Amino acid sequence: MAVIYPFLTRLLCAALLVLPAYACNATELVDRAVLSGLASDNNNDKIEAITALGQLSNPGAAAILAALGEGKVLVAADGTVLVSVAAGKALNPATGETVTSPADAQTVNMNNRLRRALQAAQASAELFSPVAATRLAAAVKLQKEADASRTPVIERALTQEKDPQIVLALNIALASSAIKSSDAAVRTKAVIALGESKNPAFKQVLVEILAKDASGGFAEPSAEVRLAAKKSLEQIEDHQTIVSWVGNLFYGLSLGSVLLLAALGLAITFGLMGIINMAHGELLMIGAYATYLVQSFFKQYLPGAMDWYVVAALPFAFVITALVGMLLERTVIRWLYGRPLETLLATWGISLILMQTVRSIFGAQNVEVSNPSWMNGGITVLGNLSLSYNRLVIIGFALCVVVIVWLVLNYTRLGLFVRAITQNRRMADCVGVPTGRVDMLAFGLGSGIAGLAGVALSQLSNVGPDLGRGYIVDSFMVVVLGGVGQLAGTVVAAMGLGALNKFIEPFWGAVIAKIAILLFIVLFVQKRPQGLFAPKGRSAE
Amino acid sequence: MKRRSALKQLTAVSLLAMSGFTAQSFAAEDTIKVGILHSLSGTMAISETSLKDVALMTIDEINAKGGVNGKKLEAVIVDPASNWPLFAEKARQLIDKDKVSVVFGCWTSVSRKSVLPVFKELNSLLFYPVQYEGEELEKNVFYTGAAPNQQAIPAVEYLMSEDGGGAKRFVLLGTDYVYPRTTNKILREFLHSKGVKDSDIDEVYTPFGHSDYQTIVANIKKFSTGGKTAVISTINGDSNVPFYKELGNAGLKATDVPVVAFSVGEEELRGVDTKPLVGHLAAWNYFESIKNPVNADFVAKWKAYAKAKNLPNYATAVTNDPMEATYVGMYMWKQAVEQAKSTDTDKVIAAMGGQKFAAPDGFTIEMDKTNHHLHKPVFIGEIQADGQFNTVWKSKGPIRAQPWSPFIKGNEGKQGL
Repeated sequence: MAVIYPFLTRLLCAALLVLPAYACNATELVDRAVLSGLASDNNNDKIEAITALGQLSNPGAAAILAALGEGKVLVAADGTVLVSVAAGKALNPATGETVTSPADAQTVNMNNRLRRALQAAQASAELFSPVAATRLAAAVKLQKEADASRTPVIERALTQEKDPQIVLALNIALASSAIKSSDAAVRTKAVIALGESKNPAFKQVLVEILAKDASGGFAEPSAEVRLAAKKSLEQIEDHQTIVSWVGNLFYGLSLGSVLLLAALGLAITFGLMGIINMAHGELLMIGAYATYLVQSFFKQYLPGAMDWYVVAALPFAFVITALVGMLLERTVIRWLYGRPLETLLATWGISLILMQTVRSIFGAQNVEVSNPSWMNGGITVLGNLSLSYNRLVIIGFALCVVVIVWLVLNYTRLGLFVRAITQNRRMADCVGVPTGRVDMLAFGLGSGIAGLAGVALSQLSNVGPDLGRGYIVDSFMVVVLGGVGQLAGTVVAAMGLGALNKFIEPFWGAVIAKIAILLFIVLFVQKRPQGLFAPKGRSAE
Repeated sequence: MKRRSALKQLTAVSLLAMSGFTAQSFAAEDTIKVGILHSLSGTMAISETSLKDVALMTIDEINAKGGVNGKKLEAVIVDPASNWPLFAEKARQLIDKDKVSVVFGCWTSVSRKSVLPVFKELNSLLFYPVQYEGEELEKNVFYTGAAPNQQAIPAVEYLMSEDGGGAKRFVLLGTDYVYPRTTNKILREFLHSKGVKDSDIDEVYTPFGHSDYQTIVANIKKFSTGGKTAVISTINGDSNVPFYKELGNAGLKATDVPVVAFSVGEEELRGVDTKPLVGHLAAWNYFESIKNPVNADFVAKWKAYAKAKNLPNYATAVTNDPMEATYVGMYMWKQAVEQAKSTDTDKVIAAMGGQKFAAPDGFTIEMDKTNHHLHKPVFIGEIQADGQFNTVWKSKGPIRAQPWSPFIKGNEGKQGL
């Protein structure tokens, strides 16, 4: 059930989108007395009206609820409730007339409390939808809002329901309110149902059953119920432990893949070519801004294909950053080969210049890069662990990039030359390798990969002139830890650091986790300065 | 004798030439110099650049109406580049070399702490426009942003109220530096006073620029299974975006676990895809969406100014709370100078107390007679899809600031200067 849940939500959203269209045709009238609560200034009155609307099995009422969620319900100065249908036009749901919306009409203000009531009201109406998916989603929503007043609605739905999955969901929803029943047998059944749901949301209810009151006696009189509650609680807690381990593993992998992407370009420019490139972070930033440009282009000229702008951004960002990288190599860096300190200073200066240039062109503020719709949300596994789509996509993307880099280095002429130059520059030169051109291309490749990483980063965090700053230290850390000159080392180091960080964080917090990682690296490099994977043989010199 | 005076003249000329890096210092005598000390580069540029621009707009506006005491204002802009020690250096340069009468500037608390000794030593005047943690009161500073009781405390009271969702458990989430630490200390005491137990409060900090909120969001999700939970976020400016994104992807909606933020305003939301944020809250003393004639005028003026000066992304220009505070602060300073008929620091400080100004927040707000803070109204807004705020709660009127929070021990009796 859990895995298909997001798809159901999408279906539900689709169903909601259709609703306003049919609201216009709704001829069923809604009683003025029910509506008047919406016009009140008091939120309690509004909630009462919303709940009442949810219990009417009337398409007109459902349309009003949908309109409320979209901020389309207006209240005229005389207290008449209207539903806005088009610019300047509004429908009076009490009379069914379409009128010109009065200029003084105010939108009914929603806040989180009203929205919660609205969701529950819509859910109780949707329990009777002909679409099974909608019914299931509604039942899951009702599980969250334990409220005895909904028991009759759920029971009514149960009598009609055939689908076993929905029956289960409804029973759990029922159980969360049945827990307060006066019949011990009903309570036991409810407690067992809650345990079977394995949903940690019900942990608190079970804890309360087991709690002792002030006089030392149990709050729950029946020993049988207490025993069942204890078992259910254990069931939920065991499940939670598994979930948090799997969760940490996933978070570690995902942090590792971000580190890997950020460091991969550097693994070529620093690892293979030995250039201390402090402007690496700014190449990431340029990649992210390239994504922004592509997004703006799509917004302007191809709004229909907005969902795929990220794919188009990949080659664009690669080319742009590769060109910037090659330009840097030709104009500045190549004059400084073999002088690491000067390279460090020069590239540091370049990084400042690049940042300020971007700031002058795009402004100091962050620019908006939105996730395409297929990267929003996530899938829920194991009941309540949500793996977000954008993280999953980035893990997959990081793997692809690693494979491509590996193929380029091992199976192309350029890769062969790069490896030859790494091993012995002068000898390579002697046998006719055009070292200057290969240097330029290799630096361009490293920069281009940084650009690809920038595209990925733009989907996770802010795109601003300072984007690169946060990643430069991490990137060097990964490359140094992995062993300079080793692609495999970079992969292992990135994943290892990611996982280590995420397994420490739940215990000590994010600040200490970061410090612990740095400390670990300092100690590790003391013990093993060549990194995890050291180059062997003559090339090690 | 003659020779000596010639020497003197020479020294004077060379001194002038040395200070001549800022072209403005050659300007005519009949202007009043106003220093602007905001980072225009570095990490804080995202927030502070617009404060510089709004200060320039206000100066233009005052000059167009004839200036102050018949003199035109002249801005001296320096860039402390988000570098805290550089703030102190630049402040000294403004006061000592450029001879400014007043400085408008700083954003982070650490930059303010860094310039304080300079303003005290040289007895000059600083207007600080940002909400902060309190626990400070200096004769040379006027605080036009909110103290904790004008922002944080009302926000938590709202979360505990029925309309705010009746939160019972609180996650205090912040970036690891002085403002979040102090605010959370105050909030923890406040929550204790409301009967919230320590086991229902989870205090979490992240390093600056943190962008991986997976574990924290998973923990919030777990924590929220123990009862109605709200998150109080003092996360610094742009780390908020990855946090909200993660929250949205993990399926935690504002209706389940509302987040109230103290550092997220219209300007910060500009660079953000607001879809996952809808329904989350922010507490400020001003929103662009507040409807009143003064604000409509202020917003229109700012948009026109941004367009006329061709500021980056002027098409989406927005106003926010610290911008309003800068604007109000500058007008109050103008009134005080006119009342004192002088720009002398001590005379202006004496005239500042009790100044009133019809502010864009819809109230005629007053500078407190003793504590150098403004009486400000409090607004709580929900983020809307268009990056603006929908006010869901507001205070009945302006609230007097308590820079020394009564929720921190040892502050009893520490009010006023």
